[in-house]
Amino acid sequence: MLTIEQLQKSFTIHHLQKTFPALQNISLHVAEGGFLGIVGKSGSGKSTILKSIYRTYEPQEGRILFESKAFGTIDLLQATPRQIVYLRKHEIGYVSQFLNVMPRTTALELVTQSLLDVGVAQEEAISRAEQALRHFDLDEKLWNSYPNNFSGGEKLRLNIACAVVKEPRLLLLDEPTASLDQASKLKVRESIEKLKAQGTTLIGIFHDLEFMEGLCDDVFTMTKYVEKEVLA
Amino acid sequence: MMQEQPVLSIKNLSKQYGEGCAHCEAADAQLEKNFCPHCKTVYACRNISFDVYRGEILGIVGESGSGKSTFMKSLYFDEEVTTGEGYLRDFEDGQTNIFTQSDQMKRYIRNTILGMVYQNPMLGLKMDFSSMSNIAEKQIAAGNRHVRNMEARSLSLLEHVNIPLHRSKEAPKNFSGGMQQRVQIAKALSNNPPILLLDEVTTGLDLSVQADVLDLIKSIQREFNISMIVVSHDLAVIRMLADRTIVMLNGEIIEHGLTDQVLEDPQHEYTQQLVYSLL
Repeated sequence: MLTIEQLQKSFTIHHLQKTFPALQNISLHVAEGGFLGIVGKSGSGKSTILKSIYRTYEPQEGRILFESKAFGTIDLLQATPRQIVYLRKHEIGYVSQFLNVMPRTTALELVTQSLLDVGVAQEEAISRAEQALRHFDLDEKLWNSYPNNFSGGEKLRLNIACAVVKEPRLLLLDEPTASLDQASKLKVRESIEKLKAQGTTLIGIFHDLEFMEGLCDDVFTMTKYVEKEVLA
Repeated sequence: MMQEQPVLSIKNLSKQYGEGCAHCEAADAQLEKNFCPHCKTVYACRNISFDVYRGEILGIVGESGSGKSTFMKSLYFDEEVTTGEGYLRDFEDGQTNIFTQSDQMKRYIRNTILGMVYQNPMLGLKMDFSSMSNIAEKQIAAGNRHVRNMEARSLSLLEHVNIPLHRSKEAPKNFSGGMQQRVQIAKALSNNPPILLLDEVTTGLDLSVQADVLDLIKSIQREFNISMIVVSHDLAVIRMLADRTIVMLNGEIIEHGLTDQVLEDPQHEYTQQLVYSLL
């Protein structure tokens, strides 16, 4: 489903005139329907891998081959922005630790909009959004209020609902359980299991190794801790 | 999703004010920003090229004087381009350069294929005419003559942009800034253009009104699957609206990519400065 070959990414900060290496020669593979967990110390580049796949970051070298439904096997690093926008809407989902709040958009609208963006009809979008919010136990009283003052856990569950409701083929999870209590974690786990059963391919970063137990088919460890030394 | 034709394709658009001289036309010309110190020529836009696809929002950011608005005005034929080509899918199937057309043809294009919302509502609206006639004016320009139809269309557009209908016969000079902007948006949409140009539409509006206008833009885009070019110096506006973003500096495109990529992994020194300045 996804193969990463020799991925390299560094950040050049112009005002410091320095380049910081973030990823060096990363290669990994996830089979269709598989779940790959990425573990490693903070700062070892776990999120950078996910953001490179999602193309929020622009790696310098390597290939990220994704078996897309629309484009066949495609190197995400060579894909046009237009193709990436399409893939993000239809095939690749991303859940971060932070919720991107839209001004004056209620929780329900937020989830509904992510479906409307992919072309789902209004009525169906609303009913699927409600279903997703119910699944993640977001109190119905909160559905029609703005997420700005939700608690961390509520925001996170809303965030996951937005990504999961579109049923992406590949879902990237960047520490989605970081600030959740045990009950919410179980909810997330339940939903990940459900996605897995549906055949969704997942790549996830979790600090909580217990949480990953039994969920992941494979674990990629960021062994080579990249020294935050300056290259040039 | 296979090869698709862009709704708008711009190739090497340049706009200069002044004649140019041997000094600034040399390949290795040393300009002061975009200004030639010898002949005082200002190079407002230099070799701008990009495509816009259906239903897509393209953001353009850059500091004041970077050429954003000049570019928009050139595209809307308010300014004549110096060199460059532009192709619209809805004009002769994208085969003919729009910038070399007659004035009459340019008026036709701007009245039927393009919609423009200016930063300053005074430029986009006739302040003494009623809101309804402002909208009707654009429809007349596109060849409509049926008064009832125009009236119905104008009212439905005003309703769409949340202007109370009992004020439809009032002149926009009596409206607040946010309302004027909404009337401008209604006017720009009056002939169902496939492309909407928005030049700093939320600048100068207070936060809640800004959110109103942004909501409206987003809902219009979703409902009509219209393509938009949004110029703003406000990165938050761009982050919220745009799929892709172009960064301009001294009349040139210095960076171009997915909006989150430009904002989270900026490559160019200027873009980094811009992003680090974000509150």
